[in-house]
Amino acid sequence: MNHYDSIIIGAGHNGLICAAYLAKAGQKVLVLESADSPGGLAARREFHTGFSLPVAHSVNHFPKQLATDLTLEKHGFRPAAESPPTIGLGLQGKHVVLHKGEVHGVGTDDAQSYREYSQLMRRFAGALKPFWLKTIPRAVIGKLADMVTFGQIGLKLRLLGRDDMREFMRIASLPVRDLMDENFENEILKAALCWDGLIGSKMAPRSPNHAVLPLLYRMSGDLCGEPGSLIDALHAAAVAFGAEIRTAAAVDRVLVQPRDGALRAHGVQLNNGEKIEADRVVSSADPQTTFFRLLGAENLEIQFTNRIRRLRCEGYVAKLHLALSGLPVFTGLDKPAGRLLIAPEMDAIEFAFDDAKYGECSKEPVLEIVIPSLSDASLAPQGQHVLSAHVMYVPYKLKGGWDEPARESLRERAIDAIAQYAPGIREQIIHAETLTPLDLEQGFNVTGGHWHQTEFALDQSLMMRPTYEAAQYSTPLPGLFLCGAGCHPGGDLTGGPGHNAAREILRRHRS
Amino acid sequence: MKKYDAIVIGAGHNGLTNAAYLAKAGLDVVVVEKNDYIGGASASREMHEGWIYSSSSYVCSMLRQALHRDLNLTKHGLILVPYLGTVNFGDDGSTLFDYPNEEAAYLELKRHSPHDADSMHRFQADLGRYAQFIRKTLLRTPPDPTSFRLRDIRELLFLGKQVWALGEKEMYEYVRFFTMSAAEFLEDYFENDLIKAAMASPGIIGTALGVYSPGSAYILLHHVMGDVDGNIGAWGLARGGMGAISAAIAGAAREHGSEIRTEAGVQQVLVENGRAVGVALESGEELYAGIVVSNLDAKRTFTKIMDRKDLPPGIYEKANNFKIRGSSGKVNIALSGLPKFTGVPDNRYIDRGGQGFTGSLETMERAYDCWKHGRWSDDPFVESVIPSAWDPTVAPAGKHWMSNFIQYCPPTLADGPWTPEKRDAFGQAVVNKIERYSPGFKDLIVHMEVRTPHEIEQEVGLTEGNIFQGELTIDQLLFNRPFPGYAQYRMPVKNLYMCGSSTHPGGGVSSACGANAAREILMDLKRPNTVPEDDFYDE
Repeated sequence: MNHYDSIIIGAGHNGLICAAYLAKAGQKVLVLESADSPGGLAARREFHTGFSLPVAHSVNHFPKQLATDLTLEKHGFRPAAESPPTIGLGLQGKHVVLHKGEVHGVGTDDAQSYREYSQLMRRFAGALKPFWLKTIPRAVIGKLADMVTFGQIGLKLRLLGRDDMREFMRIASLPVRDLMDENFENEILKAALCWDGLIGSKMAPRSPNHAVLPLLYRMSGDLCGEPGSLIDALHAAAVAFGAEIRTAAAVDRVLVQPRDGALRAHGVQLNNGEKIEADRVVSSADPQTTFFRLLGAENLEIQFTNRIRRLRCEGYVAKLHLALSGLPVFTGLDKPAGRLLIAPEMDAIEFAFDDAKYGECSKEPVLEIVIPSLSDASLAPQGQHVLSAHVMYVPYKLKGGWDEPARESLRERAIDAIAQYAPGIREQIIHAETLTPLDLEQGFNVTGGHWHQTEFALDQSLMMRPTYEAAQYSTPLPGLFLCGAGCHPGGDLTGGPGHNAAREILRRHRS
Repeated sequence: MKKYDAIVIGAGHNGLTNAAYLAKAGLDVVVVEKNDYIGGASASREMHEGWIYSSSSYVCSMLRQALHRDLNLTKHGLILVPYLGTVNFGDDGSTLFDYPNEEAAYLELKRHSPHDADSMHRFQADLGRYAQFIRKTLLRTPPDPTSFRLRDIRELLFLGKQVWALGEKEMYEYVRFFTMSAAEFLEDYFENDLIKAAMASPGIIGTALGVYSPGSAYILLHHVMGDVDGNIGAWGLARGGMGAISAAIAGAAREHGSEIRTEAGVQQVLVENGRAVGVALESGEELYAGIVVSNLDAKRTFTKIMDRKDLPPGIYEKANNFKIRGSSGKVNIALSGLPKFTGVPDNRYIDRGGQGFTGSLETMERAYDCWKHGRWSDDPFVESVIPSAWDPTVAPAGKHWMSNFIQYCPPTLADGPWTPEKRDAFGQAVVNKIERYSPGFKDLIVHMEVRTPHEIEQEVGLTEGNIFQGELTIDQLLFNRPFPGYAQYRMPVKNLYMCGSSTHPGGGVSSACGANAAREILMDLKRPNTVPEDDFYDE
């Protein structure tokens, strides 16, 4: 029977990256993916005949180091030459455009403030950047050599200079609304700059504590590009390094047996009953799926399972996918390239959040829109286009349940929002698909349909992500590892968890 | 011309505490107060003949025991009595009682949820542990983490040691608690909605946060970490109202030789050559001193009573950005008799204790949403107590006064500033709410004093009516309070200090800010320290 060094559950981008690094180091690696093709939420998916979109619709901060290590360019990943603009849409074409460190469409005070704000935030982002690709050691009981990481964080911040360090300490937990009000006047600008602190989380502009760190996380990457192309390149790279990737191979459970007086993971069993042995199993699935569905809580100690159970995993982002007969025309925009935000002011985001807080769909949702067919013509037939929108805030648990009228209502509200800025869009719609967080959970095996697998909050970050005893990629069960977004550094298409997990596995393997 | 050693601006309880400790060290101190009464937000006022309202704050728990004893406040007339028994009302009129007797409290919880009755022990133990940790930091000056000075490194090590002593698991649980929302924290323990709401409600007092906002769990802690006579978590009434606390501290201050002047509001802090040298009063009179200590909040200090030219660059902006948004209202009502509440038994404890018009987590959160929209809550959260049921000195015999504290009430309304009409409409909304739970309540009303953030700011001097002199969120706590780099009571202008709740440890009638500031001042002036250390009798 085939025996592997490592079996990786899930061929999403983190699973593929972990596999590639392990295979590159000489391990015999098998990746098992339940869907028909790899890529998970970043895979190109045909949602209507001839029209495809990845659910995770853009790569915004992928580390150059990973692209280099895995020779992704050789395998076809073409990062964008420059990061695309972010456009805060305004009525009557009065848009605010953020591009290459400058902002257009605002007054001179705001333009100047933006330069200063960007520089300061980029300094902070730069100081934190290395730590997204490091393993965060356990406080107190970690090895002394690991404690150095904490010292490094402190030192890096201190080296920013006293004033900067103080400012960092102050703003790290600030609600984004306050940060914006301190610096800017223009409402669209403020809403647009809030966005990266909030998208994918259960956070609103007035929410404290967990907004600025995501903002800095998203400023810390190097490369932008197309998710589909990234996945293709990762797949090719992993295979080139020698990893085996099987699709349509859903894992039913992790196999566990006692060995040397302790339980140990020693392989997996597929849905079809096939058993595959390995020295270790690495799961890119979310922590709750991994520990409760794939492993079984009975194999873990109760305090640990309690901490996994209480993880906050409810998603609040829905997807709207449109197959369009032509390129949509947004009033005042030559070409709808880049990332378009529909969020006229911070209160719009706040009140959209307030609806969802109570289990209702936002009456006036806020959206992030991209039209990927502008840079990847393979996504739609010639001359036609696809539009992808992240719609906030849409609760995973809707009051009354996600029945057909509820989905239709969501779809119409989202399209109405877009139509305010692209008046002719309804006539161009060939097909519309909505994916609620519940759909995302069912379609992609992610608990709660959560963007980050579990909330990207301070108490679920660093050495507490997903919880201590599982935050350094190993788990309390020998032979079982985690490599998905539920670990440090979190979600988005960055590959951090996959890379870090592989490094930890290889470190142990060597010693 | 007389030159004092120190002028303290504002005779709130922290200013009085500060003056007492400076005077005790032999300094020649004068406290100047704009009102014709002392105490600031810890004041008793006869607003209607025969009735004495605790006009702003109404219950005491935070007062540091070490200071209480050291200043001999009992000798100066302070008597604190825990009030026993509260009732929390749900949206549907359901009631949750809290008894001082453990078994009775347990049975009452069990009536709602056996699961939660058992969980309460775990909840109180966990909360108690977190409180224990924070209490250790209250009577200490925060360290400056950016400095390499010996004292800061020592203090960081002290705090580090406390954190280390928690052990790894507790440390993470603590971070979790410190950053979560009150509602989510409570989900871990309780299933019954009224119990959750009752436990969550201290988390919204005085804040611009909702029960679902991250960080509200800390506010919850802030309100349960005090004690009355060693009984941690208890809240007490001061005989004679909250003014008795200020009066007692003033007595101690005068005993040590401090002067206290009322109707002496400060127009401006006088600064010469970058040093504070005294104050100019509204009357025109000028007073001079070696140092000036402001008990006013950070925003008022730097943007109202100081000339912008006297401030180093950046300070005015920092003061402007200091978050001090009001969210609370206060309605003090004189009653011709004791109100009866539906569903509340005729019981020595409950019908004379405190009332929480709580509703549910959703009700409280929707009340917060109204504040975001710039209006007072349609269905506000009200926390009430009837001090006269325990204290015979604050109302005529057989009559009562009821203190009602309300969340949420915005500092300014969406449709314009506060007016007397709008204020009264707000007061009416509160009375209507109480009437729902106590039919006939309106008929008992003899007099009503309605205080919105507008009144709180105008009368007490708390900017935007924020009761804590600044919000209690991580970005404005500990070494960030009021601004990073100026969190050790010394202000950016030489010889200028701050001693009010805009400094560590923040709001509440604790006297800790005033005492900590005094310690720093005496250190700077090379005088012997008169401020006692805290006593950790709960260890």
